[in-house]
Formats: sequence, C-alpha cells, structure tokens
Amino acid sequence: MAVQVKVPTILRTYTGGAKAVEASGDTLDALLSDVDSRHEGLRGRLISEDGSLHRFVNVYINNEDVRFLGALEAPLKDGDTVTILPAVAGGSAS
Amino acid sequence: MLQLSQDHYYAMVAHARRDHPDEACGVIAGREGAPGRFLPMTNAARSPTFYEFDSGELLALYQDMEERDEEPVVIYHSHTATEAYPSRTDVSYANEPGAHYVLISTRDADTAEVRSFRIIEGKVEEEPVAIG
Repeated sequence: MAVQVKVPTILRTYTGGAKAVEASGDTLDALLSDVDSRHEGLRGRLISEDGSLHRFVNVYINNEDVRFLGALEAPLKDGDTVTILPAVAGGSAS
Repeated sequence: MLQLSQDHYYAMVAHARRDHPDEACGVIAGREGAPGRFLPMTNAARSPTFYEFDSGELLALYQDMEERDEEPVVIYHSHTATEAYPSRTDVSYANEPGAHYVLISTRDADTAEVRSFRIIEGKVEEEPVAIG
C-alpha cells in the first residue's frame, strides 16, 4: 500500500529536498510514523505537544482537509495523496 | 527590496479597504521572485484581528501554483487598527521564507500604510518597497 505525501518547501529539509515521498499506513497517524522512520523529525513538526495536529499546518487527503475526516485517525487507502501545507495565517492580535 | 507594479499596489490597498474593519489577505504568485498573478483570498476567520486563508482555497492555490511552476512571491494582509508591522502572531505563522510579507494598515481612512518584510525563522527584517 502506497500513499504519496506532498511536502511543503519549509519541511523539505527533512526529505533531502524532495517535494514528495512515498509512505504507507492505514491512518494518517500510522502514515506519519512511517514517514518519520525515514525522515526523522518531520512528524514532530506536524504534531503539537498534546498529541494532536498542529494548528499551524493544514493536512489534506486527496482534496479534503483531514479536520473533517477524523484528523490523525483519518483512514487511508492505496493510491491516496496526502498534502501538507503550512497554514497561511496571522493578524494583529498577539 | 520588493518591486511592485502600481496595479498590484492599488489592488492590495483596495482589497484591504473593501474588507475593513476585518483583515484582508491574499497572494501575488509568480516565478523567480517576480510578482505576477494577483490572487485575493477569503479570510476564513472574518475577524478584525486575525486572518487565515480558507483551507480549501489554500489547497487549490498551491495546486494551481505548482502546475504553473509559481511561488507565493508576496503574501499580504491588513491590520485594521494597528501599524503595518508583523505581530507576534504573524511571525509565529510565517512559514514561507522566500516570500515578501506585505502588511497594509487601514487604520487611517485617508492614507494607507504599506510595508514589506522578510520573516525567516522568527526574525523580521523590513525591506524597501519600490512602486512603478
């Protein structure tokens, strides 16, 4: 089972510059652990201290935001594409 | 330094004025650092103190830029009651080291304040903006 994982510019230091890597896993959580076994540190950039997906990143399975698919428990199947994008956000509130 | 056309400059200011008092946000996409396509985005937060690109629009934007071999050359947003300088929130979310972060303040109804910054690994550096 293979899932393509698209990696944003800011995290390509973990993939040797590669824009996309292949990985496997039945859920997003398992997939990110598999990615981390070859690209150590990447998972840690996506998960906050409480163990949930970081507020600063958006993760999609195919074209759907994983927040609507069960977040880390979102199921994956062969041929899916996972896209990681940093949230583009900010504002005057500190 | 950020070199902007008058069209891009006025389009950003007009978007910021239109959405005032909520913050406005968007991108100018392009190749090799040259601003090209002006792409106003929806502020999903619809807030006077926070902006966030709509999640679906963000994905579509990056897929579109990848297809065209473009990058986000400018990422702009407005501050509607404070100066055009990156807040701590802006800095913590800044994840495009290649982008010019443009801030537009609409706190003054007559004069727009437009400034540009690089934000790399939490460090803010202002740069001059040339228009024309």
